[in-house]
Amino acid sequence: MDKLKLIEATQLKSDRPVFGPGDTINVHVRVVEGDKERIQQFQGVVISRRGSGVNSTFTVRKISDGVGVERIFPLHSPRIAKIERVKEGSVRRAKLYYLRKLAAKAVTQKTSA
Amino acid sequence: MSGMLGKKLGMTSIFDENGQMIPCTIIEAGPCYVTQIKTKEKDGYDAVQLGYDEINERLANKPMKGHLRKSGVKPLRLLSEFRSFNGTKLELGAELKVDLFQQGDTVDVTGRSKGRGFQGVVKRHHFGGVGMTTHGQSDRVRAPGSIGGSSYPSRVFKGMRMAGRMGGERVTVKNLTVVKVISDSNILIVKGSVPGAINSYVEIIKQD
Repeated sequence: MDKLKLIEATQLKSDRPVFGPGDTINVHVRVVEGDKERIQQFQGVVISRRGSGVNSTFTVRKISDGVGVERIFPLHSPRIAKIERVKEGSVRRAKLYYLRKLAAKAVTQKTSA
Repeated sequence: MSGMLGKKLGMTSIFDENGQMIPCTIIEAGPCYVTQIKTKEKDGYDAVQLGYDEINERLANKPMKGHLRKSGVKPLRLLSEFRSFNGTKLELGAELKVDLFQQGDTVDVTGRSKGRGFQGVVKRHHFGGVGMTTHGQSDRVRAPGSIGGSSYPSRVFKGMRMAGRMGGERVTVKNLTVVKVISDSNILIVKGSVPGAINSYVEIIKQD
């Protein structure tokens, strides 16, 4: 079991900031188009974190042109260049799936102290 | 064809060079030792016997020690024969290491699947069950249904799929890709799952 942990440890990224559900974060994603690589930003509210070790993921939700968009990222993915914590949230739940039913204004009310 | 014995250590995920997450099984492969070489003239068939998992001298019994004296290797927990193990000529007592495999190779992995005990047909043979819970059959949701005719043929055909013991049998998974080889710690990482419980023994075969 120890060897398994060691292999997992080589996959982990140590530069990931501390963030939790309710926080607004900006994820810098490496996108490969043809042979060029560029950075795409995805900013939104963290509505879920799950898993442990290499398998941990987080879900970010934002409203884009009036349409709700959610992306699930593996926390230690090498495709994530950087994660910025834009705003700290204050919520009472670990999973914020109820935000899906709310309007944009209500979301800011629910996630701020 | 060549191969090795190993131990399943568990599953995890590995990111590849494109950043794609791959589900992987970690196998501790070898070091294995050639403990006996069987030949057609002497034994009636060609085979190579490999041994794996060194144990304390104290734990080995006399027949085991006597058998291993010929090849001069330390006492081992597991001995297993590989037929038609051609290609490289192996010598008695030779050590096989995990660098036998390379990244990108395809391997077949054989193990003993987890025992599931006595299971019904829905789990064991993927039957759909009877289906409805109305019309007086609420207690037959996971039932097998009919198992054949009545007066003709007046018997149940051999091999009819029914409830019974499931798992605990020899299973081979073919064409698994080798994701990574770490030769310092005898680790082989393959893509996908491998039969058996954690810490169970597996045979890894490379076709070439």
